[in-house]
Amino acid sequence: MSSRILPYFLISPVVIFLLAFFIYPFVLVSQQAFQGDSGAWTLSNFQDVISYWKFPISLRNTLLLAVAVVPIQLSLALLMATMVSRMNKGRDLILYVWTIPLGISDLAAGIIWLAIFEQSGFLNSMLSGLGLIERPMNLLSYQSPVIVFTAIALAEIWRATAIMLVILVAGIGLIPKEYYEAADVFGASKWKQFIRITFPLLRPSLQTALVLRVILAFEIFAVVAALGGTLFPVLMGETYAYQFDLLNSGAAAAIALIILGISIAFTMVILRVLRVPKGASI
Amino acid sequence: MTVKSKLVTAVSAIAFTCTAYAAQGEVLFWSTQAKPVEEAQAMREQVLAGFSGGVDYQPNDGGPWITRLNAELSAGSGSIGVLGALHGDYAAMDPENLVDLSDLGVASASDTFNNLAMLGTDTMQYIPWMQASYIMAANREALQYLPADADINALTYDQLIEWAANVHEATGEAKFGFPAGPDGLKHRFFQGYLYPSFTDGVVRTFASDAAVNAWETFARLWEHTNPASTNFSFMQEQLLSGDAWIVFDHTSRLANAFNERPDDFIAFPAPAGPTGRGFMPVLAGVAIPATAPNIDEARALVSYMLEPETQIATLRTTNFFPVVDVELPDDLPPSVQAAGNAIAAMSGSADANPGLLPAGLGDRGGDFNRVFVDSFERIILGGQDIRAVLDDQKTTLAAIMNDTGAPCWAPDAPSDGACPVE
Repeated sequence: MSSRILPYFLISPVVIFLLAFFIYPFVLVSQQAFQGDSGAWTLSNFQDVISYWKFPISLRNTLLLAVAVVPIQLSLALLMATMVSRMNKGRDLILYVWTIPLGISDLAAGIIWLAIFEQSGFLNSMLSGLGLIERPMNLLSYQSPVIVFTAIALAEIWRATAIMLVILVAGIGLIPKEYYEAADVFGASKWKQFIRITFPLLRPSLQTALVLRVILAFEIFAVVAALGGTLFPVLMGETYAYQFDLLNSGAAAAIALIILGISIAFTMVILRVLRVPKGASI
Repeated sequence: MTVKSKLVTAVSAIAFTCTAYAAQGEVLFWSTQAKPVEEAQAMREQVLAGFSGGVDYQPNDGGPWITRLNAELSAGSGSIGVLGALHGDYAAMDPENLVDLSDLGVASASDTFNNLAMLGTDTMQYIPWMQASYIMAANREALQYLPADADINALTYDQLIEWAANVHEATGEAKFGFPAGPDGLKHRFFQGYLYPSFTDGVVRTFASDAAVNAWETFARLWEHTNPASTNFSFMQEQLLSGDAWIVFDHTSRLANAFNERPDDFIAFPAPAGPTGRGFMPVLAGVAIPATAPNIDEARALVSYMLEPETQIATLRTTNFFPVVDVELPDDLPPSVQAAGNAIAAMSGSADANPGLLPAGLGDRGGDFNRVFVDSFERIILGGQDIRAVLDDQKTTLAAIMNDTGAPCWAPDAPSDGACPVE
C-alpha cells in the first residue's frame, strides 16, 4: 500500500466508529432538542427546561462543584506527580495504588462514600466509638447542605484526581533531565525549578488534563445521586429525570446540549489560557 | 490451523448454535418487576419453570426497559415476547403498540383493573397480572409509645403524629421513616393517601384550603421524620437498620424486613384524615408488544401467568397479590401474611376511601408525579409558603390535565372532559 494512503487507512476504523456512534447520535440528539412533538422546529424544549424552577439551582450546583473540585484536584495531582517522579524505588507500586480509584465506577465510588457518611456509616460509628458523639448524627440531610456538598466534593476528589495524575506523570517523564541539571548547576532551589521548568514544560499535559477533568466535572451524576439523592440537583441529574422519569426526550436533549455548550466554552478558555506558543516545544 | 484453534472454533460454533436455538425457542419476558437478583431467580425457578415453552426472564430498570422496547417498536421487529410492567408504564405507551388481548379469555377478577387495562380503548391492551398496595409498618419497640387512646388498626393522622412525637421524645431521634429518596415512592403517598384523606380528591382539590391543611399536617409529621428520609427509597432497609421505627411504603419494599425478622415488626393500615382513610392500589400487568417474534407462544405465557398456581407462586416470589380469585394457602411467607392482613384491615375499615391509579395521562404520568414531588420539595424541604406553592404548581397541573384531557378518577368527583383543578 502506498505510504500516502496508509495513514488514512489506519485511522479509518476510528473515524467510522466515531461517525456511527458519536456524530450520528449527536445529530439525532440535536434534532430532538430543537423539535417539538409535531416535528416542527422550535425552541420550546429549551424554554421548558430553563424556566423550570430547579434549573438555576442545578446549574449553580454543577458550576460550584466544578469550581471547588477541579483546582484542588489539579494541585493534588501536581503534588503527587512530582513526588512520584522523584522516586526511584517502588514508583510503580505507589502509582498503581494511587490510581485504584480510577478503576472504580463513579456509582460505586458514591456508594463507598455513602457507607462512610450515612447515619449508620463508618464515620458515625467511629466518632461514637471514640466517645466524641453521643449518638449517630445525620450528616447527609437536607438540613446540612454544606456537609452534603463537602461529601460529594470529597468523593469526587478521591475518585477522579488519578486521571489527572496519570496524564501529569507522563508529562513530567517527557521533560529532559538536562534542564534540572543545569538549574542545579546555577543553584536554583527545588521550588524555583518547579515554577520555572516543570510547570511551563508541563503545559501541554496540563491542558489535556484540565480539559478532560472539567468536561467530566460538568457530567457529574452518579456520585451526586448516591450521596445527595434529590438534595443536590445537578444538570446531568435533570437530564436523566427528563429522559426516564418524564419520558421527555426533547427536553433531555435540550439540557444535554446546554451541558455540551458549557463544556465547549470552558474547553476554549482552557485551551486559550494554557496555549503553547507555535514553534515552542520541549 | 493448529489443533487447539480448530477445537476452539468447533466449540464456539456449537455454543453459538445452542444459544441461537435456545433463544429461538424461549419467550423473552421483559419486565420492570421482580428486579432484585433473588426475586428474578425465584421468578425463573419457581414461577416460570412450569411453562412448557421455556421463558427467558429479564427484569430491568424502567429506563433501559422502555428504551429497548421503543427501539424494537420503531425498528418494526424485535425479540421481546412478553412485557411485565406497572399500569403507569403501559399508560405512557401508545395502545397501538400492544397486541389486543381481549380474545385471550383471561382477565382479573376486578372490573376496575380490567377497565384500567384497556388504556382508554375498548379492548384489553394488557392483562392485569398482580397487585399490591402501600401500608404502614413499625418496629415492635415503638408500640410502647403508641398514644393510649389509639387503635393501631384505625389510626388517625393526628394519632400517628403524636405517636411519632412520643418516640422522638423518648429516644431523642426522629424515627418516622418516609421514602423520599430519588427512587422512593413518595408521590404515591401524596396522590393516594394524604390528598384523599384530607381533601377527598387529588386533582380537583389540589390547591384547596383542605389541601393546605393536609400539607400543614404532613409538615407536623415531618418534624418527627428522620431527616435522612430524603435518601430512603426502600423502607425495609431502615426498618432493619433501626434508623426508622414507623414507616410508610409499598408492600414489596417492606417484605425483607418481615421475612428476615418476622417477630420484630408489625404491619398496619394507613392513617385516616377528615375525609376518610385514603389508600391506593398498585397494579402490574402483562402485555405483548406488536413486534413480538412469536405471538402464539407469548399469548400462552400471558395465560399461564394468570393461572391460580402461577399467581400463588408469584405472590411468594414478589409479594404482589393475585388478581384472580384464588384460595390462598396457609404457609405463605411472613411478609405476605403481614401485608395481607394490613391491606384487609385498610380496605375493610368503616372510613375506607379507596383511590384509583391516575388514568388517561398517557406519557405525562411523570409530569403529574413531578407536580406532587416538587410541591413536597418546596413546601417541606424548602420551607416555602404552602398557599403560594400550591397556587404555582396548580397551573402546571391544570396544563397537564388540559393537554391530556384526562377525566377525573376516584376519589375525585367524575368530570365531563378534562379533570378541572378547582
